[in-house]
Amino acid sequence: MLMTDRERLAGEIKALAEKHGNCRTALIPIVQEIKQKYRKVDDFAMQVIADQLGIHPVEVYSVVSFYAFLGSAAHGKYIIRLCRTISCDMQGKERVMRQMENDLGIRFGETTADGKFSLEWANCMGMCDQGPAMLVNEKVYTHVTPEKVHEILEECRRSFGVHATEQKEVYLV
Amino acid sequence: MSPLPTFSTMAPEAGLKQAMSLSRPDIIETMKQSGLKGRGGAGFPTGMKWNFAAAAQAAEKFVICNADEGEPGTFKDRVILQEHADLVFEGMTIAGKAIGARSGIVFLRGEYTYLRPQLEAVLDKRRKQKLLGKDILGSDLEFDIRIFMGAGAYICGEETALIEALEGFRGEPRNRPPFPVNTGFLGRPSVVNNVETLASAACILQKGADWWKATGTANSTGIKIFSVSGDCEKPGVYEFPMGITVAQLLKEVGGVGAKAVQVGGASGLCIPASQFKRIIAFEDIPTGGSIIVFGQQRDMLDVLHNFLDFFVDESCGQCTPCRLGNRKLLEGVELLREGKCSMAYLQELCALGDTMQIASKCGLGQSSPSAFLSVVKNFREELMGRTYSHV
Ligand SMILES: Cc1cc2nc3c(=O)[nH]c(=O)nc-3n(C[C@H](O)[C@H](O)[C@H](O)COP(=O)(O)O)c2cc1C
Ligand code: SF4
Ligand code: FES
Repeated sequence: MLMTDRERLAGEIKALAEKHGNCRTALIPIVQEIKQKYRKVDDFAMQVIADQLGIHPVEVYSVVSFYAFLGSAAHGKYIIRLCRTISCDMQGKERVMRQMENDLGIRFGETTADGKFSLEWANCMGMCDQGPAMLVNEKVYTHVTPEKVHEILEECRRSFGVHATEQKEVYLV
Repeated sequence: MSPLPTFSTMAPEAGLKQAMSLSRPDIIETMKQSGLKGRGGAGFPTGMKWNFAAAAQAAEKFVICNADEGEPGTFKDRVILQEHADLVFEGMTIAGKAIGARSGIVFLRGEYTYLRPQLEAVLDKRRKQKLLGKDILGSDLEFDIRIFMGAGAYICGEETALIEALEGFRGEPRNRPPFPVNTGFLGRPSVVNNVETLASAACILQKGADWWKATGTANSTGIKIFSVSGDCEKPGVYEFPMGITVAQLLKEVGGVGAKAVQVGGASGLCIPASQFKRIIAFEDIPTGGSIIVFGQQRDMLDVLHNFLDFFVDESCGQCTPCRLGNRKLLEGVELLREGKCSMAYLQELCALGDTMQIASKCGLGQSSPSAFLSVVKNFREELMGRTYSHV
C-alpha cells in the first residue's frame, strides 16, 4: 500500500473513532463506514482500528468475520444479494439466480474480474410478499424475473460511464 | 401498501401527552392492565418488562427498539417503520418515561439501510417539535433516540445478541439470567421491545387499557399485525385480532385450500390442513406475525430443506446442540429426499430435535427443530420411501 494512502486511511479511521466515541461500541459503525468507502477492511485497517480502540487486532477480525455485511475480503462496486429464503424460493428465485450467473459470468459467492459486481445470497430481507426480492447495495428490487435481470444490471452499468453499457454477456457452462 | 387502520386512526402524540400526565407507576399499571404481550415472538408481558426495568437502580437506562426483523416471512416491522415511524418513536419515549431512561436506540437491520434517511428525518422533525430532546412538551422529561445499523445477522434479533452487537462484539447470545432489564446495554438496565410492541404501547396509552383488551382473547389481548406470504391470492400486511383461527385467516388472504400454513416463521410451527381450526394466540399457536401459506403442490421436504439451510447459515455457532444439530437435521432431510432414510434413523433425528429444544443456549437452537418435528409428525406419509425421481 502506498505510504500516503496508509496515512490517509489511518487519519480517516481516527476521525471515525472520534465521531463514534472512541470506545468499543464504535467498532461496528467504524467498520461499516470503512467497508462502505473502500469495499474491504484489510489487515492494515484492522490494525489501526484496534490501536484506536485499544483492543487486539484479533478482536477486530473476530467481529468483522462474524457479520455477513462486514467481512474483510474485497467485494465489487455493486453487491447483488438475492434472497434465498422460503417465500422467494417459492416465487422462483432459482431462475433469477441462473440468469444472474449467466449474465455476469460468475457464480454466487464470486466477484467479476473487473471488480464491478459481486453475487451473494441473502436470507429473508422483509419483502416476502413481493418476491423474488434482492438488494443491489442498499436498494431493494422486488418481483424480480429472469428477464428483468439484464435491465437491472444495465442500470448499474450506466453509472460506470457511457462506454460501459451493453457489455458482452457470457454463457456459463 | 395501505396504512394499517388501527395505527392510522391514532391522534398524533395523544399517547405521549397522556403519558406525560401520568406518574411512572401509572403508565406501567396501564400497560399491565392492557395485557399487551411482546410482538417479537416470545410474548413476554410488556408491562411486567417495563416494571422490572423501572425498579432497577442505575445511573443510566436504555430503551432499545428491536428492528432486526429477520424471521423468514416477516415484514410487518418494515411497514410499520415506513408508515408509522412516529408511533414507534412515541412508544419509545413513553417507555423512556416509564422506566426512567434518557436514551433510546433503534437497532435497524442492515438490509433496511434504505429506511434510514426517512427515519432520521422523522427523528429530526420530532426534535424540532420538542417531542425529543430536553424538556419534552414543556416538561422536565429528557429523551433522545439514535439509530444503530445491524450488519447482517439474524441472531442479532435475539435481545442479548443484539446488545452484544451494540457493544461492538460478535452477536453471540448471552446466558439469561441476568436479563437485559437488569444487565443490558453496557451493563445498564435496558428494555428491548419489538417495533410493533412499542407502537401498540403508544396506542394503549392513548385509548386506554380497556379499549385494547376489548379485542383478542383473555390471554392474548389486542390486535396483531401479520405478514402474509406464500401461496395465497393477497399476500401482504394484515391486522387481525388475536385468537383468529387459521381457517379464518386463510379466507381473508385468499389461501383457502392450502395444504399447510407455517405460523411464526422458520422457527414456528407447520400447521396441517386438519388443524386449521386452531387459533393464533399465545395459548395455542404463538407467533411474531409470520404466516407462510403452502399450496397443495408444495413438497414439505423442500420447505424443510430451505428452513434448515437458513438455520445452519444463521446459527452463531456458540453451542453444540444448535451448531451441529441443525447440520444433522439438514443431512437427514437430504437423506429423506434421496429415499435413503430408515425409520429408526428418522426417530433418532426426532430425538435429536427434542434434545436441541432443551439443550440449546438461545431461542434459535431451541426453536429451529420445531418445523422439522411438526412436518415429520404431520406429513410422515409424504416423507418415507421416496424414489430417486423426487430429487
Ligand atoms: C433467534 C431469535 C431471533 C429473534 N429475532 C427477533 C426480531 O427480529 N425482532 C424482534 O422484535 N424480536 C426478535 N426476537 C425476540 C427478542 O429476543 C426479544 O424477545 C424481543 O425483541 C422482545 O421484544 P417484545 O417483548 O416486544 O416482543 C428473536 C429471538 C430469537 C431467539
Ligand atoms: S442456540 Fe444456536 S444461535 Fe443460540 S447460542 Fe447456541 S449456537 Fe448460538
Ligand atoms: S423470503 Fe425473500 S424476502 Fe422474505
